[in-house]
Amino acid sequence: MSEIQHMRHGSSIGQPVTRRDGVLKVTGQARYAADNHPSGMLHAVLAVSRIARGRVAFLDIQSARAHPGVVEVMVTANRPALALHPDDKSVPFSFSMDLLQDDRVRYAGQPIAVVIAETLEAATEAAALLAPRYEAEPVEVTLDAAGAFVPESVGVGAPAEMWHGDVEAGLAAAAQRIEATYETPLQFHNAMEPHCVVAAWDGDALSLDLPTQGLALTQMRLAALLGIRMEDLHIRSPFLGGGFGSKLLTGPQVLGILAARLVGWPVKLVLTRAQMYGPVSHRSPTRQTLRLGAAQDGALVAIHHHVRTATSRFDEFLEPSAGVSQAVYAAPAIAITNEAVRLDTGTPGFMRAPGLASGSIALESAIDELADSCGMDPLDFRLKNYAEVEPVSGKPFSSKALRECYAEGAAHFGWAGRPLAPRRMRDADGLLVGWGVGTATFPAHMFQAEARAVLRRDGSGLMESGTHDMGQGAWTAFAQIAADSLGLGLDRLEFRAGHSDLPNAGIAGGSAHTASAGGAIHAAGGQAIARLAELALADPRSPLFGAGNVGVVARGGRLLRRDDENRGESYADILARAGLDMVEGRGSAAADAAATERYAMHAHGAVFAEVKVDPELGQIRATRLVGAFAAGRVINPRLVRSQYYGGMIWGLSFALHERAAMDPRTGRIMNTDLAEYHVPVNADVPSVEAILVEEQDPHVNALGIKGVGEIGITGTAGAIANAVWHATGVRIRHFPIAIEQTSRAA
Amino acid sequence: MNRFEYVRPRSVAEAVAAAAIPGSAYLAAGTNLLDLMKIGVARPERLIDLNHLPDLDIIEQLPDGTVRIGAQVRNADLAHDPDFRQRFPVVAEALLSGASAQLRNMATVGGNLLQRTRCAWFQDTASACNRRAPGSGCDARGGENRMHAVLGWSEHCIATHPSDFCVPLVALDAVVEIEGPAGRREIPLADFHLLPGDTPERESVLAPGDLVVALRLPAEAAGFAAHARYAKLRERTSYAFAVVSAAAALRIADGRITEARLALGGVAAKPWRARAAEAALAGATPDAAAFRRAAEAALAEARPSGDNGFKIELARRIAIRALTLAAAGTPDRLPALPASAFASSSTPRPRGLHV
Repeated sequence: MSEIQHMRHGSSIGQPVTRRDGVLKVTGQARYAADNHPSGMLHAVLAVSRIARGRVAFLDIQSARAHPGVVEVMVTANRPALALHPDDKSVPFSFSMDLLQDDRVRYAGQPIAVVIAETLEAATEAAALLAPRYEAEPVEVTLDAAGAFVPESVGVGAPAEMWHGDVEAGLAAAAQRIEATYETPLQFHNAMEPHCVVAAWDGDALSLDLPTQGLALTQMRLAALLGIRMEDLHIRSPFLGGGFGSKLLTGPQVLGILAARLVGWPVKLVLTRAQMYGPVSHRSPTRQTLRLGAAQDGALVAIHHHVRTATSRFDEFLEPSAGVSQAVYAAPAIAITNEAVRLDTGTPGFMRAPGLASGSIALESAIDELADSCGMDPLDFRLKNYAEVEPVSGKPFSSKALRECYAEGAAHFGWAGRPLAPRRMRDADGLLVGWGVGTATFPAHMFQAEARAVLRRDGSGLMESGTHDMGQGAWTAFAQIAADSLGLGLDRLEFRAGHSDLPNAGIAGGSAHTASAGGAIHAAGGQAIARLAELALADPRSPLFGAGNVGVVARGGRLLRRDDENRGESYADILARAGLDMVEGRGSAAADAAATERYAMHAHGAVFAEVKVDPELGQIRATRLVGAFAAGRVINPRLVRSQYYGGMIWGLSFALHERAAMDPRTGRIMNTDLAEYHVPVNADVPSVEAILVEEQDPHVNALGIKGVGEIGITGTAGAIANAVWHATGVRIRHFPIAIEQTSRAA
Repeated sequence: MNRFEYVRPRSVAEAVAAAAIPGSAYLAAGTNLLDLMKIGVARPERLIDLNHLPDLDIIEQLPDGTVRIGAQVRNADLAHDPDFRQRFPVVAEALLSGASAQLRNMATVGGNLLQRTRCAWFQDTASACNRRAPGSGCDARGGENRMHAVLGWSEHCIATHPSDFCVPLVALDAVVEIEGPAGRREIPLADFHLLPGDTPERESVLAPGDLVVALRLPAEAAGFAAHARYAKLRERTSYAFAVVSAAAALRIADGRITEARLALGGVAAKPWRARAAEAALAGATPDAAAFRRAAEAALAEARPSGDNGFKIELARRIAIRALTLAAAGTPDRLPALPASAFASSSTPRPRGLHV
């Protein structure tokens, strides 16, 4: 393989190619899952619980069934059997599901029945006619709930407790200390496309249109749940209207599939916006206490990051907020501790940089508070505590251009000359102006992925990998990698993605999809070229005969002698002479255990924020965001920049907007729509800039790619919080920052 | 959504006759009603579609200078009508500070008057709400009610009226024309909405079958055009309901306020005309002290209905802001961010986007 890599001279990688699906999407022709309407399709609608704990005592099934157009009402008694219990978690990244297994209610918004009807309207009304009666029990839904426990692990198997060095001694000896508690809110996924499925059974074979971030995992879990063979389950998922961690298989989608089995017709089920606030995961609230100490010169001597968070009563995912503190700043003593409570809510899950987003806003705020205590510029303070090696593990970084990110970001933003003290800057209209900085970081993961490449006799290429385009542009970036791997222009490449019949591309998650599936694609293309080269080099009739020692180059549909590019021949000619219709290559990628053992692998960035605050009214606007990020090789700068913009806007959303308003008396979310659950609108982001900082990483994976999907949210949220302090002089530790907090500063 | 009958009347008379049947509701743009039907809060048995009635979408100037606005005029059309926005800039500014461009293109003048509260417990059919289900109680009390009323509320209901448009209208003495089974009548907008009292389910003076056919702004209201502004405090820069808002309109002569109008939004179940503040301003020099006194007068009766004590001071400050801006003079052109704290703030030119 190393020989092939050495030969490749890419031409598509690095180009700012526009999205291949862009025209389809802006003209409404892209076919999303719920756009599919197989013949005879019926509509399913969920009825969901309005209580958060107790049992369903009665459903008026007669009235619902009698409603015109209703075909069937699926409840516990008639729900088709499953091969596994819905709480089974034998497949990775699985969570317990609510599939009408009994009459218990575990959270508000839990599905309690499914109505199947000829029209969406009939199903919707019949679901309302079920008029459930409940036996409700008292609920506990806030972080103040009783019964806090120390978990065994947080996130996906991360240790809940970690002590490195002597934190208490460090804090005791520190010249400057801060201890502060930060609160982050309950947040819900709000992808434009709600979770949905169109299910069509043919005997025991099942065809699905289902948006998923993990085709193979979804296929595995579903086949196991339903007791059918993997090869009988076909999932199409060409486009997702956003995933953000929520779109692995969810319970409501399984209910749609079971509804189709029950009635014997294809069924479509789409969650309403309000139904997205319950069974499809969320980010739990956190209460984080940071204790930091610094020496006289501003060098950190100790970091203790303690997190209290929550999970559901019946399953476990704990937002791993403290993890960020072991990877960013150098300190001789670092400790992480966690505690959690169980609540009458749905189970939290992976949401937009799980742990890192919530942890980063707390850590970056605390670092800023300590910099202020030390009388230091917040950027100087971060540079003073720059981690040359990963702080806790002591491992060298596979690459780390964070220093360049700070420098380029600061220069572009115009950080120099920032007054140290807060509340010193005003604009021409008298608005308070503040500048803040935050460090962005995200680990470079790799998952298992596979791909299949074909070079055809007509000189074209085919690449197959069941990858997922969540809107991030994966289809385009993978095609670029594929084209280069096959030495073809993009116009000669067919790229097939988004289907479970294709090679397993792993998951689009953990910001690792491009690295993982891209690595597999790269390898598959390389193997196809190697096979083609074998044919040519061994054939006396080929101009490349005997070129094995100097090597060949694959470019523009031709193999060329490396030492003399005038000598070469086309793929088509090679295949024609060999009498072959095609050659095939297969590739796979996974984490390199040896490299992972040796190196710490993270993407990094520095985000600078300017906010303006109305001095009397407290209204805030983030008027400028500048992020400089280093994440290894950039496949497509246009798409990467777009990922950073999106991440930074989520960071803004975290700091200033998003919050689910849970009624603690009932456990119901009271703002389950996009009018009241605020995310930023265009007017909230007048200027966002992303700088791509050059970084070459020879260790992280074959292509040198780190992830770009989630890093933007980290750093940004803290930078904005810090800018609000710099504008107002008031340190707000409760997020999102609300008008009553900033107006009090007046 | 329940099954309903759909009626498309050809005249106002037909509409009123159709709507007199119990269970009927008028459908204008549907930007509020259809949402409420989808979540089960509104379950009308028949919808009377007003979209095909003749002559309800006209803005006309009457011989005495009154402007008469048909109830089916779309918010965007009114806000962008050159003559209207010149004579009543504060109304245009309020309109353009509300909702989104898409909603403003649909939403109607009549519908805006009758939009329902955004109280979360009103919208949640599993909660107690005296406004939606009389006698059931009020779950907003004791819930998270930071956005709720600080003026004119009762123990039975603490909801607010969410309209921006109505705030300058009530300040400018708008009159509502109503066609009903008993004929035509006119009501000052100030008397159109009802405070909750013991009957929060009664939100306006409209009786069954009554149809708002037009709004009128008297000629003298245009006399404030030189000094009239709307200011709105909200939790994001656009597309958010007011936390508090204020419309201020002044006549200034020889350095003195000869007449003042002030109304507040987001503070009560109706757009809140602050007459005591207006009286305090009459004859005063337009300065910070006078505006502070006026704001104190406007909120003199305010009291928190829950966790919303902060709104009282913010309402004072937004009133002062609107008065200050009005005194400074209406700009020739409405700002790109109408009524916003960031309206006049220079917007940086984005370098990173659209390259």
